[in-house]
Amino acid sequence: MLGLQTTDFTATLQQNPMLPSLYRVQRVRWDTADTFSLELSPADDGIIPEFMPGQFNMLYIFGVGEIPVSISGDPAQSNLLVHTTRAVGTVSRAMSKLKVDDVLGVRGPFGTGWPVNDVHGKDVVIIAGGIGLAPLRPAMYHIMAKRENYGRVVLLYGARTARDVLYGKQLQQWRAHFDLDVYVTVDRGTDSWRGSVGLVTSLIGRAPFDPLNTAAMVCGPEVMMRFTTLGLEKRGVSAENIYVSLERNMKCGVGLCGHCQLGAAFICKDGPVFPYSRMKYLLSKWEV
Amino acid sequence: MKKTLEPLLEKHPFFAGLDQAYLEVLTGCASNLRFRSGEYLFREGDEAKQFFVIREGAVALEVFVPGAGAVTIQTVEEGDVVGWSWLFPPYRWHFSGRVASPLRVLALDGKCLRDKCEQDHDLGYELLKRFSGIMLDRLQATRVQLLDLYGTH
Repeated sequence: MLGLQTTDFTATLQQNPMLPSLYRVQRVRWDTADTFSLELSPADDGIIPEFMPGQFNMLYIFGVGEIPVSISGDPAQSNLLVHTTRAVGTVSRAMSKLKVDDVLGVRGPFGTGWPVNDVHGKDVVIIAGGIGLAPLRPAMYHIMAKRENYGRVVLLYGARTARDVLYGKQLQQWRAHFDLDVYVTVDRGTDSWRGSVGLVTSLIGRAPFDPLNTAAMVCGPEVMMRFTTLGLEKRGVSAENIYVSLERNMKCGVGLCGHCQLGAAFICKDGPVFPYSRMKYLLSKWEV
Repeated sequence: MKKTLEPLLEKHPFFAGLDQAYLEVLTGCASNLRFRSGEYLFREGDEAKQFFVIREGAVALEVFVPGAGAVTIQTVEEGDVVGWSWLFPPYRWHFSGRVASPLRVLALDGKCLRDKCEQDHDLGYELLKRFSGIMLDRLQATRVQLLDLYGTH
């Protein structure tokens, strides 16, 4: 009897989105000087919940605080949960100091994902700026695993300098694929950089895709996304076929607290991934 | 029949939709050139005699910064054009253009073009519209770059 009650109580705990599950750090990988990835596994050897590319988790450093962090790993990999973030705030800096076997809390996955299953047969253009590549990486993994479902696949990535390029080895591996076009550009050239210099938007005009049969997925700083969507529309991609991932201060993750409200939408629940056609009018509004 | 550069000009996005008669005029000012990686198309301060229509390859626009050497501020590639200093006095290059990957270009003679544009203002207006579009794109890109979007601030 007691065992049954305990089981029920555990099930209730797992269903409550406000209660964090405990995860153990398996590895901390520094991707750039200020950006790192945490590889986590359940502390109780439980199962990692399935997630959609583009979703996020709330990561909780006990005694410090909780922040939303994009899931950046492979959705098909069931034994590790990977998150990438930049060490800039109180919580993320504390997170960057975690060591192997340290424990943290995880709530989620939350929010909407990239429409990877809704764009079969289309060309897919993935455009990322800076750390915006992190929430798009699961979409890349998914698309590459099911490559036959898509037309041309193009990845356009922009970073500040060569040293800030995220997942450099991964980008090199993707670039080696014959069925994938990868273009990387940096805003500031350096001696060691032999690639493109210029805004990521400058790549849109020459990227090989059919604008009339393309789904574009865009993530990066909001200003970068505004100019990117303009570039895509100029090229002929309709707003309905452009998807953006937005960011606001998130707290509860389930659309209750209102911290992340943007217009009529809660970014945590209705987003973070939105059709651009839905959010277009809000992105240039100063008041919100 | 003598082969001309007109089909190459016509194929390039910069000249898309340009009147055939104008293409013939421009062809008279064009030459087909190749450059190896590391060569310079032009150097800062030199007389700007031409502009270049990139058919293949890439050019790094550089500026010399004392203590830092040559700093690349932008790269331009296939489908782009490079150079508008030929349009405005004193007709000097403001940056250097280093060949970043093996390059095939059509070079258009600036003096020749200016003369043709003076003779035919419709042609001049057509060319200026096209160059203005490029200048606008690059000005906007530069402004966004100034925001340092990927910085931590």
